[in-house]
Amino acid sequence: MTFHTIQIITAGFFILAGLFFFTTATLGLLRFPDFYCRLHATGKGDTLGTLLMIVGFMIYEGFHLLSLKFILIPLFLFMASPTVTHSIGRAGVTCDVEPWEKKEQSGTEETE
Amino acid sequence: MLYLTTVVILFILWIVMSGIFDAFHLTIGVLMSFFIAHFSWDLLFQNTKMPLSERVGEFFRFLNYVFWLIYQIILANLHVARLVLDPKLPINPKIIRVPTKLTKDISFVAYANSITLTPGTITIGVERDHLLVHAIDDRVADDLFSGAMERRIARVFEVGK
Repeated sequence: MTFHTIQIITAGFFILAGLFFFTTATLGLLRFPDFYCRLHATGKGDTLGTLLMIVGFMIYEGFHLLSLKFILIPLFLFMASPTVTHSIGRAGVTCDVEPWEKKEQSGTEETE
Repeated sequence: MLYLTTVVILFILWIVMSGIFDAFHLTIGVLMSFFIAHFSWDLLFQNTKMPLSERVGEFFRFLNYVFWLIYQIILANLHVARLVLDPKLPINPKIIRVPTKLTKDISFVAYANSITLTPGTITIGVERDHLLVHAIDDRVADDLFSGAMERRIARVFEVGK
């Protein structure tokens, strides 16, 4: 088992883990009941996913100048992503979007 | 002093982005760094009176906080992934008020962004003494009410208070 093999296996592990979180984010978008809950899934299910995938790419490429560029991507994402999620959420509050409550769900579940 | 710090930061960014080390490109980099710093250095640093040593200390405390935050994000993300994959979808979304004692604008921004970054909670409103947070179930709401995150933010940004 050479160093290169270990490198590729570790990179693959991180990228697959990132994909797993992207998948749960997408599943959450499809399954969650209302505007705010879907914001949870889309807005930041992918922050950890992106971070893990970028770490995977960094390991795959080996350390050189490109790795520093890779670090910049999550840096900007971690500032931009919550800000956008927050402003979409606040827009929902301003427009009086009704949040979904647990009680209604138990009712619909019985009828289904 | 802050002007020069801005130039250095911009120049490092230039080197990282270009990746070319000959004299021509480095010279252009230095010139452009000075040019941009000339009219935008006061955007990068808010509090111009803070001494540099304190600023460096704050930076390292912030770095320490970021690593703690990434750990929290991993924990919370696993929790939300379990909620999503559960066939019964055991969520209990609600909007909660989180009281806060933070005073500086920068700590408000860091706190609100950290809450939104942690899966399961979204800041949807910021007032002077509390935050409106949409939490997806009881556990993430309890995590927030324990106030661990707020204490850490206060330790990073509000040391002098």
